[in-house]
Amino acid sequence: MSDIQFSHVQTAHCESGVISNIFRHYGLHISEPMAFGIGAGIFFGHLPFLKVNGVPGTTYRIWPGAIFQRVCKRLGVKMQSQNFSTPEKAMLELDRILEKGTPVGMLSSVYYLPYLPAAYRFHFNAHNILAFGKSGDNYQISDPVMDHITEIDPKSLAEARFAKGFPAPKGKMYYALSVPEQVSLQKPIKEGIDQSCHYMLKLRLPMFGVSGIRYLAKRLKHYPEKVGERKAVLYLGNIIRMQEEIGTGGAGFRFMYAAFLQEAANLLQKEELGVLSQDLTRVGDLWRNFAFNAGRVCKNRAVNNVSYGELSEMLMQCAAEEELVFKRLSKVKL
Amino acid sequence: MKKEEVPQDGNNMHEGTFKQLFYATDNEGKYVPVTSVGWEPENVAMQQAWEEVHARVEKARQLVLSGEISPISYYMEKNIMDLALLASYVSKFQWQVKRHMKPAVFKNLSERTLQRYAAAFKITVDELKHIKE
Repeated sequence: MSDIQFSHVQTAHCESGVISNIFRHYGLHISEPMAFGIGAGIFFGHLPFLKVNGVPGTTYRIWPGAIFQRVCKRLGVKMQSQNFSTPEKAMLELDRILEKGTPVGMLSSVYYLPYLPAAYRFHFNAHNILAFGKSGDNYQISDPVMDHITEIDPKSLAEARFAKGFPAPKGKMYYALSVPEQVSLQKPIKEGIDQSCHYMLKLRLPMFGVSGIRYLAKRLKHYPEKVGERKAVLYLGNIIRMQEEIGTGGAGFRFMYAAFLQEAANLLQKEELGVLSQDLTRVGDLWRNFAFNAGRVCKNRAVNNVSYGELSEMLMQCAAEEELVFKRLSKVKL
Repeated sequence: MKKEEVPQDGNNMHEGTFKQLFYATDNEGKYVPVTSVGWEPENVAMQQAWEEVHARVEKARQLVLSGEISPISYYMEKNIMDLALLASYVSKFQWQVKRHMKPAVFKNLSERTLQRYAAAFKITVDELKHIKE
């Protein structure tokens, strides 16, 4: 039984957190915000037709897996990633790789992770966790959103890895084949920023990027008369949860991206990025203010079109300010 | 958000053991990670989502007791599943699962099918057949 040393650092978001934790194991120090920025994780999307438990989906980040792919590509890290047809094969291969002392990342459903508080255990299938060893039959787990390392029994882990639904993890696991010890971050940062600006400003679809925020603002205004009071409150609640629940670092990843811009400013000696970081922090505060007021509407359950109108206005302001930040960011010469 | 402004609105949902991480700025404007035990608006939204789940479970329970639907609907709600998710867990089409939600059809289901549902809900076939009053 291998007993490798693994230094676990709690992060806000699971995907950028696992990246940061795996890389550190191999001596490559990339902070969570840096991984998030290089992977161009910041985004916005509102998909009224993609309903989860009858509630329209809203996202503040890019789709699962994208940050990972991009960061590995941009930093020249080689990862091995595989899916499995049966839990038996998946667990066997996991054991084989762990035996070598290699930490293994896995996709899992939070519904089957017994160490998480019950209140968080919905059927969410794209949670990333790291196994780094075994203690008896149990697996030693570094779950990036937890402040300490934990353990999981093999049965629960197999269930979490083979949860059904969308997206089905299918036992997906990944581990590093080669990690460079030193990298130049200049080009990866530039590519990450360029990509984020493109996704936030230039996708010609109304549901995504800055236009997506306006799209949501317009729809939200009419929730009470369109879907009724009860559902309107649920819809609103879901927006708050996507923005503030575990994993976003606050304000739907806006603070995390601002932290990235600040780190990039210091690394590349670019004053402008520092200023933009401050501006994005203020946008993040606007988002928090929106969530605060939306929370009050949820709590009072008041059918009051004025309140939805006001919330809509707040989102419009978030959109306007965010558009300014990304337009200026796209013009910074890196 | 400043470090001092990171909310600490605890409630029992974090079970007192769990803190989430935020990025906030310190006095010099430098970003630092700060842990939080929760924030009121998120707590409200989360609580509300659970209340909705509980309401649906209770409604399904009443309907099962009055003989209008089969226990499959009740356990589906109890496991926070929807039709699509449940169908994929039992490897059936959605229309089949829907049919199995009719008490008349449910009563004639084979042991094997019942076993599949019970496994998906992590209960015994007996618990599946007889929900708690």
